[in-house]
Amino acid sequence: MKLDDLIAQPTSWLQPGGPQSDIILSTRVRLARNVAGRPFLTRLTAEQREELEAWLKAAVLKALGPQDVSWFELDGMPEIDRRCLVERHLISREQAAGEGHRGVAIDPSQRIAVMTNEEDHIRLQVYSPGLQLDETWRDADEIDDRIEQQVPYSFSPKLGYLTACPTNVGTGLRVSLMLHLPGLVLTKQIEKVFRAVSRMRLAVRGLYGEGTQATGDVYQISNQATLGRSEQDILKTLGAVIPQIIAYERQARDVLATESPMFVDDRIFRSWGILTHARTISSDETLTLLSAIRLGIHLSRLKGVAIAAVNELFLMTRPGHIQKIRGAELSEADRDVARADYIRRRLGAA
Amino acid sequence: MADKQVKRGVGGPRVKETGVLCQRCKKQQATIHLTEILQTEKRERHLCEDCAREEGVAIKAQANLHDILAGMLEAHQEAGKEAAITCPDCGITYAEFRNGGRLGCPHDYEVFGDLLREVLEKVHGASQHVGKLPQRAGADSHAQRELMQLRRQLQEAVESEHYEEAARLRDLIKDKETAGETR
Repeated sequence: MKLDDLIAQPTSWLQPGGPQSDIILSTRVRLARNVAGRPFLTRLTAEQREELEAWLKAAVLKALGPQDVSWFELDGMPEIDRRCLVERHLISREQAAGEGHRGVAIDPSQRIAVMTNEEDHIRLQVYSPGLQLDETWRDADEIDDRIEQQVPYSFSPKLGYLTACPTNVGTGLRVSLMLHLPGLVLTKQIEKVFRAVSRMRLAVRGLYGEGTQATGDVYQISNQATLGRSEQDILKTLGAVIPQIIAYERQARDVLATESPMFVDDRIFRSWGILTHARTISSDETLTLLSAIRLGIHLSRLKGVAIAAVNELFLMTRPGHIQKIRGAELSEADRDVARADYIRRRLGAA
Repeated sequence: MADKQVKRGVGGPRVKETGVLCQRCKKQQATIHLTEILQTEKRERHLCEDCAREEGVAIKAQANLHDILAGMLEAHQEAGKEAAITCPDCGITYAEFRNGGRLGCPHDYEVFGDLLREVLEKVHGASQHVGKLPQRAGADSHAQRELMQLRRQLQEAVESEHYEEAARLRDLIKDKETAGETR
């Protein structure tokens, strides 16, 4: 599959219909692995890195089935394309911004992405729409076994899977849930929830990971500790905490709908008005307004708009994608015009 | 870099007073210092806590793993002796690790053992792996070290143009790798 075809298709984690998908956008499982007997990335010479990359590419393709995944070399890939892959969460920002031989294997449904020569030699990610902790882990675990048949992993009985950064050592497992929490934001309870969450050794981040803003009321919650607890323990902790957050969010939405219907409706329809009539709009404003639209659909206050369309806009209006759609590099001002255009057409407005 | 961000560890928020006014309300002192990376553009913002909360950004300042790590590593900075500890396999010094936050090779976990134990305890609250085990035994640390040393020797042999030695080492590495894969 070519990159352009991949970008033209919806990505798995934004597919509607997953369990609890009115609140949980996606579940992600990430495993960090390194090859035994090799230095980590910071100490690899250019030649060693090139040799390793060739080996890892062959190993990953064999493990996943060369007919089932596409391989993308990131060194030399145009910036807009790399940006689109980041916006789809298929590669990390570090992987996009890095230098030297590095790549990613992606399956056509864009559920599986295996990065090579990122911070660690191998970063395996599996996505599912909605809340699917066990299923997503099971698939990642199985792919991990298949890759290990091709590549001996760096492992110590005491410290587990050895990683370039000590914050990932042990299981190398990071489970992240992407949550849409407009109810908790509007009722100003979000801070309270996050204080409780951080006491459980869970981390809260914005839409695009560490150091990014929680634009569009989308937050990522993930396990912080990777050592001293098993994969099952990590899944269990999230499996206990996330349903509570879902319950709080539902409660907040109910309170808004029953106690402040005018406030909520104004927010929803004002957002609808701007999205369907604006002539220029930034990507952050778009996400903020789409968040209100998403809430409106789930509160059954906004009829006739498909959640799939909203999810799609969520991704396609990001700076990389809007340039990809236009097929040209655009200045920020031109992007804002192109974005407003695209949204109006997608929502069937004038 | 690290001290520009708010760090929230176990002891609650640690906030830096810099005498800068909040960029949003322009009244209160900015105590939240954010480095945002929007795709490739980097932007620094300075806000007071009220404005940060209103923008919903205050939470992102908590629980940044690398900040915790960087903060703890800084605490070690005075100990000059520790900074010079060097891994015989990959050549990284403890000072280099402390500055970059990334280790150079798997053996560093042994070389910097005592220093890392504290880091691991802080980040994970544990220092013993209890999760998944690789299926293959080939990944034992002795074999890994040996391979690493052989590769280093190979590199030196190539650089010093000892090609016969290099060829011998290359074959030896290949044999050992294959042995590891079939074990």
